[in-house]
Order: sequence, then structure tokens, then C-alpha cells
Amino acid sequence: MTQSPFTPGVAAGRLGSADYADNFSDLHPALDAHEALVAADRCYFCHDAPCITACPTDIDIPLFIRQIATGTPDAAAKTILTQNIMGGMCARVCPTETLCEEACVREMAEGKPVLIGQLQRYATDHLQAQNVHPFSRAEPTGKTVAVVGAGPAGLSCAHRLAMLGHAVTVYDARAKPGGLNEYGIAAYKTPEGFAQAEVDWLLGIGGISIEYENMLGRDVTLVGLSAEFDAVFLGMGLGGVNGLAVDGADKDGVLDAVDFIADLRQAGDVATLPVGRDVVVIGGGMTAVDAAVQAKLLGALNVTLAYRRGRDRMNASVFEQDLAASKGVRIMTHVVPTAIHGNGAVHEIEFEYVNNDMSGTGQTVRLAADQVLRAIGQTLDGEGLPALEHGKIAVTGAGRTTVDGVWAGGDCAAGGDDLTVTAVAEGRDAAMDIHESLTGAAG
Amino acid sequence: MADLSSDFVGIKSPNPFWLASAPPTDKEYNVRRAFEAGWGGVVWKTLGEAGPPVVNVNGPRYGAIYGADRRLLGLNNIELITDRDLYTNLEEIKRVKADYPDRAMIVSIMVPCEEEAWKAILPLVEDTGADGIELNFGCPHGMSERGMGAAVGQVPEYIEMVTRWCKQYYSKPVIVKLTPNITDIRKPAAAAKAGGADAVSLINTINSITSVNLDSMSPEPSIDGRGSHGGYCGPAVKPIAMSMVSEIARGADTAGIPISGIGGITTWRDAAEYITLGCGNVQVCTAAMTYGFKIVQEMISGLSEWMDEKGHSSIEDFRGAAVPNVTDWQYLNLNYVAKAKINQDLCISCGRCYAACEDTSHQAISMSAERVFEVIDGECVACNLCVNVCPVADCITMEAMAPGMVDPRTGKVVEPDYANWTTHPNNPSVTAAE
Repeated sequence: MTQSPFTPGVAAGRLGSADYADNFSDLHPALDAHEALVAADRCYFCHDAPCITACPTDIDIPLFIRQIATGTPDAAAKTILTQNIMGGMCARVCPTETLCEEACVREMAEGKPVLIGQLQRYATDHLQAQNVHPFSRAEPTGKTVAVVGAGPAGLSCAHRLAMLGHAVTVYDARAKPGGLNEYGIAAYKTPEGFAQAEVDWLLGIGGISIEYENMLGRDVTLVGLSAEFDAVFLGMGLGGVNGLAVDGADKDGVLDAVDFIADLRQAGDVATLPVGRDVVVIGGGMTAVDAAVQAKLLGALNVTLAYRRGRDRMNASVFEQDLAASKGVRIMTHVVPTAIHGNGAVHEIEFEYVNNDMSGTGQTVRLAADQVLRAIGQTLDGEGLPALEHGKIAVTGAGRTTVDGVWAGGDCAAGGDDLTVTAVAEGRDAAMDIHESLTGAAG
Repeated sequence: MADLSSDFVGIKSPNPFWLASAPPTDKEYNVRRAFEAGWGGVVWKTLGEAGPPVVNVNGPRYGAIYGADRRLLGLNNIELITDRDLYTNLEEIKRVKADYPDRAMIVSIMVPCEEEAWKAILPLVEDTGADGIELNFGCPHGMSERGMGAAVGQVPEYIEMVTRWCKQYYSKPVIVKLTPNITDIRKPAAAAKAGGADAVSLINTINSITSVNLDSMSPEPSIDGRGSHGGYCGPAVKPIAMSMVSEIARGADTAGIPISGIGGITTWRDAAEYITLGCGNVQVCTAAMTYGFKIVQEMISGLSEWMDEKGHSSIEDFRGAAVPNVTDWQYLNLNYVAKAKINQDLCISCGRCYAACEDTSHQAISMSAERVFEVIDGECVACNLCVNVCPVADCITMEAMAPGMVDPRTGKVVEPDYANWTTHPNNPSVTAAE
């Protein structure tokens, strides 16, 4: 090992191979069969359970947990996947601490919820490990639907449409499917190629073809798709990122956090990834935390997450904040960047301390930085889209846009949290609405 | 400090906790370990006739049912009486008793239902210096097919006859162990009493099949693809055993006969409950087989703490204290009216009380949009199901209505006086008597 965490500047190979393997292993190791039974036994099988209400995809959680407890994890998986075809990924990446597990009555009673996320993973892993697809297609309807984006929203929509008998063509700008599941989520949340394995398994329904490296606005147009297909679903996410409007933002070493994460996810060997000795991440959401934690895990000596407001206003959940802190990330609040200093490459970043109302205090601070990662929000790219609302595609009902025959869901659509699980729900619900619209059949 | 010492039909032990006749008491090694751990006495695993001993299966002998986290709730066994030579057992009993004179040493016996067989073995047992014998009339499998064990225990006349022989050929106390696999436990108990038994002990194990293997279609435990019913024991059988104990404690023909309580005793509290139902001591097996001999330390400390707290200086102070309160349904006070009450501070809004009441009972709990659950007094019959299904202790309680209040369900005033079914106007027997 020629490099170490102390190596100045941006360098790869700061750690030993054992450290890399350890750092990027599963954040929550899978429950074994006995652990799953013990965890399942804690479920009270609540009446009209609050956890179901809290789940954006309305998974019947008490039922699937009882199915695990009674030794039928595949039946549990079907209960999950009927509502949420990406139940395996959601089990890994959902902020359960603010969704089902926050609503769990045992969280209220003891501060220790039933391990719903891990139980969901146990069930879905059990089924998917057998490489069987539990659903079958209805008779072909003769209808065709174009889905833009092979991320959670698009694939959820495509699966449901295919199951209902429609022929689906998915267009994605990237070379691989999965969207943020493949390119945008911390590696330790979905190790061992799970994102691709899940897509392969999902496509087992049949009736879905994917056109890769086909970007809306570059290779295909909404007008063209509308003419060619009976319906169109837009689920391409947010392709743009907010820039950093400060002096020096163009210096070397200033990157978008989403690119940093995508490079890491696509890297064959994380030891080859360069990372700064002193890394500063700007932002307060999940992407900021994912980038900061992974910078630390790659061997950065000092990682600071700099956020303009207080911790209570961060979009990243308390669990994510605590995870970052436990990995050695320093969380700095009430700071806005004012300048990036350096001779060609970034050397320092300067902040001003601000009050809760964002008014400046006049006090400044400089941090050593040889890498600055921007994670201050993403934006919708593209032209010729349906009408927008607050920069995203305006929708009513189950994702209907202002253009007839065009639906939208996931991060590119207005409303809803920008979560994987929300995208899955929106894709599914739009598919049901498209189906009804194309066939006149409800459900 | 409470005195836990026990004098059961003249047999003294430092505490009322005996190990029941079973695998834990099959040989010297185990029994010495038990006494070192603090057990007050043991009932040595059942001895059979001299000669070639019985044989056990060479496959699994036990089956189980589990609660959460594989906590063993019920155990079933198909093991027979001791499969070791009679004289080896007798020598070991003699040695251990000599080394532990303060502990109770009881010898369980099962020989054919013939006077000569009993006449032959009893002097041998007498010679060991053991404190008494227990007649195994309960073993429900294997031995019963050979006319012993439960086959005797199910025929009161046999019980009386064999007990009489034992009293004739043995000088020390005779305890008759009863099988629960009968219709009325009072009949065999009365027979034992009539035969001169010094005490009865109960229950032996219950005929059971713990599970069926859905792949092999064999009952468990499975011996080469087939299973036989076994004897069920452990925490799951305690309610059945306590009911039988109470029947004997208050039966006209059986009241007063000393009882050694057996059946699912796992903690000091279980033991205390048995003693309040009239038992002079208790016998334990499954709990020791599950956790080892050390559990007796908790039983001793727990019973002692509770007795101190309640001001009981000896076991006799509270023995049988609950017996007068065990009655027949017809004598229960029908003028007693209670209503369920939900403590909103403790409620965690799981809604189990609501589901139970709404689906399976009296629609007496309301649920608001905010998941607040409240009892509808006008519908509540105080059945207690909500209390039983609530996961939070003391969150739902049954509150008695004071006399003079109006029960909103019936519109009637709660009467202060006791009145039961025997005098109730709806009872056709009452009408017939008039």
C-alpha cells in the first residue's frame, strides 16, 4: 500500500483490501432463519395496522410477518411483491425509521419497533434466491405502452402493465437498468449486485423490452412515443443537478455527489477510486449522506458534511445522520459556502455562518478541502414535457399529466417524497390507471 | 426469613422442591448433582422387576411444542421406566441416601399387578434406607400395554389393591402417583385413600402427539417413520394439573389426603400456586430438563421472598389457602358486574382488543380515526378477552361496578347481595322445585 489516509490531495488505494471489503459490506446483514422467526414473533398483528398506513405501497405488513412466523417466507414474499414489486430493494433502502417502523406500535411502546425492513428482506430474498417469478401475465391485450426510465418508477409501472397483458417498451438513457437503484444509492445498502439481480428477476414476468442509451429529448421524443404507443409513462427521474454559485466552483476537485456515487457503484474495484484526504460534502439530504459516508469508507481522512440549516431540517433521517456520525463524518450546520479557494485545484472552502432564517452572521470559516461534493438538489432536465409545477411534471390522480395519454411518476413528477418506495407506488398506480384507460376495465 | 422446610407425610426435606421420577433421577450421578444444586428431594426414576430391564427406543424419545424464540412450552416423551439393572439402582439409592440424609429420597416402583411381584421388590427398597415409595400408576405408554402404569391407574380397584399390598409389605410412606388420562380424577384418588395410601401425587403425563411431520406423515418423535403417543408435560399442562389437584383437595371422598403437586412447575410462582391448592410439596421435571438443576435456586429464593412479603413463616401457613375459593360454576355470584377499562396512558393502539371484541365477542370496544380504543359499557359483558389479548400488562383491567350503580348493558341496578344460578329465575330446576 503506497497511499494512506494521510496522503495529501486526491488519491486512490488509501486503505488495505480487507478494509475496503469490510467498509462496503452489507450495512444490515441478512437475518438468518432463526433471527427472522424471533423478529417476526414480536409483531402484534395489529388491527388496521399503522405500519400499513405508513407504507407508501400499502404492503400488508402484519400478514407477511405472520407468514414468516409460520414458516412460509415465500407466501410472505408474494404478499409484499403484490403491492411492491421492488420489495427487495425497498427492504434495503427504505428509511423505515420514518415509515413503517416509526409507526410500529412497539416503537411507541418500547422504542424498539419490529424489524419490518429486515423481515421484508428475509422474505423477498428467500423467494428471489430460487429465481422464480411468482406472477404470470394475463392474456395479451394488444396494447403497447412506452415507459421512459428504467428506475423504480418505470420498472414498477412496466411490470404491472406487463402483468396485465400489455406490451411494454422501456427507454433508458443509461447503459444499464435500475436508475438510482443502480447508480444513486450507497454501495453498502445494496451490495453484491443486488440491483441488477432484482431487475433481471423482475423482467421474468415477460412482455418488457428495454432500449438502453435512449434518452428522452436526445434519442426519442415524447411526441414520437405518443404517436407510436397507446400510452406513455414518464419515470426518468431528475437528470440535472443544482450548481454551486460561488467563486471557484469550477476548480478541479469540485464534483457532483451523484456522479461520485455513480462512479463508485460502477467501479469494479473500489480501491481504484480516488478520494480526497479532506472531503467536504455540501447538502443535507440522503445523497449528501451517502456521498459523505462513502468518501469516509474509501479512506478519506476528514469528511465534513456542511449544511445550511440545523440538523432538524435535514432531509436525511436521524438514522442516516447517526450513521454518518458513527462512520466518522463531521456534520457541520448553519454554514453556506461563499468561496472555493485553490490554485487550479480546490485547496480550501470558505463558509459563512448563518442564522436559522438564513441571514448571514458575517463570521466565516475555512476548511481544508481537496474534494468538494455538491449534493444540493437535482432538477428535471428536458424539453417538450407536459406542464410543470415547481420544476417537476404536474400530475393529477394516478399520475395523469396535462398531455392526454401521458402519465408520470417517481422523482420527475410533482408531489410525494423522492423515495424509491414512493416511486414504486406511483409507477404501480399509474399502470393501473393506464390499464383502465386502455381497456375500460377497473383493476 | 421464611422457613421453606417441608414435612410431607413425615418425609422431611429442606425445601418443598422435589425432582419427579424421570430421566433426571435415573442414576447416582444425576441425583448427586441435583442435591448439590439444592433440590430438597428426588423421586428416583421408576424401578421395575429384577431380571432383564426394559429397553428403550434407540431413536428420539422426546417431542416438543415451542413458544416464541423456541421457548419450550410442552414436552412429550416415549421413554419407559429405568432401563438399568434393579440391583445397580438399589445400591446407588442406598449410597446417595447415606450421603444426603437431610434430603428426601423416594423410590418410584412399577411391577406387575401381582402380589408376589410387590412382595418381592418392597423389602429390597426398604433396605436402601429411602424415605418412601411412589407407585407409578401413570406411565401412559409402553408399560401400560403390559398391564402396568396407567393401565393400573385407570382402574380404581387395582389402585386400592396394590396400595394395600404396599402398605402391608413396606413400613414407610406410600405415595400413589395418578394418571390424568381418566374421566374423573377423584375416583383413583379415593381408591388410593381407601387402600391406605399416605398421599397421592399428580399429574403424570398426558397422552399426546406433539406434532406431525408433514413431509414423512409421521407423528413426532418419529422412530423410523412411525410414532406413538407419548406423555405430555411442561408449562402447557399446568392448568390441567391444577384443576385435578383442586378437585381432589375439595372432593368429598378425597379432601384431606396429602398431595404432591406435579405438572408444568417452572418457577417459584407455579409452586406457590400448587401449594395454595392444597399441595404439601411439588415435583419438577420438565423445567429441570430444559434449564438444568440450577433453576431450583430461583425457586427457593422466589418462594422465600414472596413468603416474607406476605408474612408466611412456613409452607403450612398458606397451604390450601385457595381451596375454599374453588367452587362450582353454579355457585358463582351472578350479581357481580364488571366492565373492562382501558388505560389510555398505557395503550399502544395495537387494536387487538378491538379486533377480538368486534370480530369474536360483543362489539363493546370503539375505535376512533386516531386509533383511540374505548370500552362501550352498554355492550361490555366483562368477558375478559380484551384483557387476555392485550400485549401490555395492566393496560386493560376489569373494574367491578359498585352496588347501586346501573349496568348500562342491562339497565338493571347492581344488587349488593350474592345470588347464584341455583336461585336464578331462568334456571328450570328452580321452577321445577317450586
